[in-house]
Amino acid sequence: MEKITTHTGTALPLRRTNVDTDQIIPAVYLKRVTRTGFEDGLFGAWRNDPGFILNKPEYAGVSILVAGPDFGTGSSREHAVWALMDYGFKVVLSSRFADIFRGNSGKAGLLAAEVEQDVVEKLWVMVEADPSTPVTVDLEAREVRAGDVVAPFRIDDYTRWRLLEGLDDIGITLSHDDDIAAYEATRPSWKPATL
Amino acid sequence: MGKTLAEKVWDEHVVRSAEGEPDLLFIDLHLIHEVTSPQAFEGLRLAGRAVRRPDLTLATEDHNVPTLDIDKPIADPVSRTQVETLRKNAEEFGVRLHPLGDVEQGIVHVVGPQLGLTQPGMTIVCGDSHTSTHGAFGAIAFGIGTSEVEHVLATQTLMQARPRTMAVTVKGSLPEGVTAKDLVLTLIAHTGTGGGQGYIVEYRGPAIEELSMEARMTICNMSIEWGAKAGLIAPDQTTFDYIQGRPEAPEGDQWDAAVAHWKTLVTDEDATFDKEIVLDASEMTPFVTWGTNPGQGVPLGASVPAPSDFADEGDRVAAEKALEYMGLEAGTPMRDIEVDTVFVGSCTNGRIEDLRAAAEVIKGHKVADDTRLLVVPGSVRVRLQAEEEGLDVVFKEAGGEWRGAGCSMCLGMNPDQLQPGERSASTSNRNFEGRQGKGGRTHLVSPLVAAATAVTGRLASPADLPAVGAASQA
Repeated sequence: MEKITTHTGTALPLRRTNVDTDQIIPAVYLKRVTRTGFEDGLFGAWRNDPGFILNKPEYAGVSILVAGPDFGTGSSREHAVWALMDYGFKVVLSSRFADIFRGNSGKAGLLAAEVEQDVVEKLWVMVEADPSTPVTVDLEAREVRAGDVVAPFRIDDYTRWRLLEGLDDIGITLSHDDDIAAYEATRPSWKPATL
Repeated sequence: MGKTLAEKVWDEHVVRSAEGEPDLLFIDLHLIHEVTSPQAFEGLRLAGRAVRRPDLTLATEDHNVPTLDIDKPIADPVSRTQVETLRKNAEEFGVRLHPLGDVEQGIVHVVGPQLGLTQPGMTIVCGDSHTSTHGAFGAIAFGIGTSEVEHVLATQTLMQARPRTMAVTVKGSLPEGVTAKDLVLTLIAHTGTGGGQGYIVEYRGPAIEELSMEARMTICNMSIEWGAKAGLIAPDQTTFDYIQGRPEAPEGDQWDAAVAHWKTLVTDEDATFDKEIVLDASEMTPFVTWGTNPGQGVPLGASVPAPSDFADEGDRVAAEKALEYMGLEAGTPMRDIEVDTVFVGSCTNGRIEDLRAAAEVIKGHKVADDTRLLVVPGSVRVRLQAEEEGLDVVFKEAGGEWRGAGCSMCLGMNPDQLQPGERSASTSNRNFEGRQGKGGRTHLVSPLVAAATAVTGRLASPADLPAVGAASQA
């Protein structure tokens, strides 16, 4: 996984609440068996509308998504995170993320940073007025900076550490193999097995 | 101080706990399907890793399999590749698979309980958000992403931060004709889609205790629709009776030992929850959604709300967008809304009791002209049971379509999809934009409302139907 320390880029203002993962990537785009190439499905239905904000040329090259509350609700599909990353997004800012989406982001290396809703509103106004406004998301300082806005964001310590170090979870867990084996030895014999 | 049910189950599965780190939890059962697993197996292969516990892993094909012509190769080449990839991975890594055509095939959340693999006090995960269904047995069960699927395959554990606990206490009894689906839709309208964020929820109280296992599964299934990490219900005699005798249930002394343990899986009297919601089941009525998230619902007897009814600006904008997408006018009585397709099925309401309830309503009636009824059993076993009871004949005689098992129109990954602008009454769990097909408009309903709606062609409850004798004379 790629390390993230600080990211600066332009931002897409998505004035929507409850952006569920079926909107981020509709199910018909989930049929690939590979790990990449999901950018075509990103906001698949909405992108048919030429007026959809991501279709506007002034937002070409954005890498930070600024969305309304309850972003990433619904289906557990990690493809939603992959589609955002494959498209070029590095960061999503929202005042509230669905749990599974937040978890998936941390695993895949997308920074899901939780900010207050008034920060979201300020950023929306700012990048709508000037889409070229640079926005900086500083993971070390847990801070968002754009124009005159300097605001903290929330992310749990463990995910922050993993993202800063670019660490793979499985590798970390396998270093505790003895603990897992010890636990397995204590499981009751009536627990079900599939084989 | 005592512990809640969720805390007991959690604590029994902690492999390792360290300050400032999430707990490492052991996973008792890992369920797998074709859509969220290919990249996980590929990850194992690239890293040269094995599946640590194939004996605690079960795969089935459900999300994109067709429900017609299931004896032929899957027509859609992309779906076929995904299913074939699962078969190849299951074989290579030694995972038990119930493929299309197998008698145990079906929706992963119907198959687990049906086999008796879902038991109280377990930790159960799957790359599917409706894994919360298994919580009905007093298990901690939740959906995970593909990276986590790979993590569980490789280690049989997951790193998880300990969630907060919430009680949803439901007093009273559900009135006649009001179902578990109506209960959970009422709850979600009350909490909103984010109300359960960060919590493991325990559903309790007399109205919950009275429910059958299948009705409890409907409630827990939709925990994710209000954002909860997981939802569970304390196991009781209803639970034990449901499990006993199933293929993978313990037997003899093992059964006795298991039940003795399961009986300890209740929230202690002196335990406290971080949050509590209290609802009264006796006040509930059939409940349906009007919008594009499961929280946008009203009683069937109400009308489509106006955006101005909402105090919060975000809710107001969401309502405006939802009404536009759904093609609805504020103030329209819900009962006046005409539907094109009725879908009975899914991991929410695709079990035998759901099909029995729908069949009982529709028996002796005909599906309305210009309305299509699609009945998709949750598993092959459910289909066979229904056929043994003649339910398939009831649906077919009424003019409905009787299909093979799978997720089908719940998420429209297979050919069962709505056309743009088409409107459905659906017993599934999500009314998101385009969920059942691009441009499709979904109203979430109970199996009873679905069946009555199929007859009248408009959102309806069984009470709206003429007596069967009267209908045949008309």
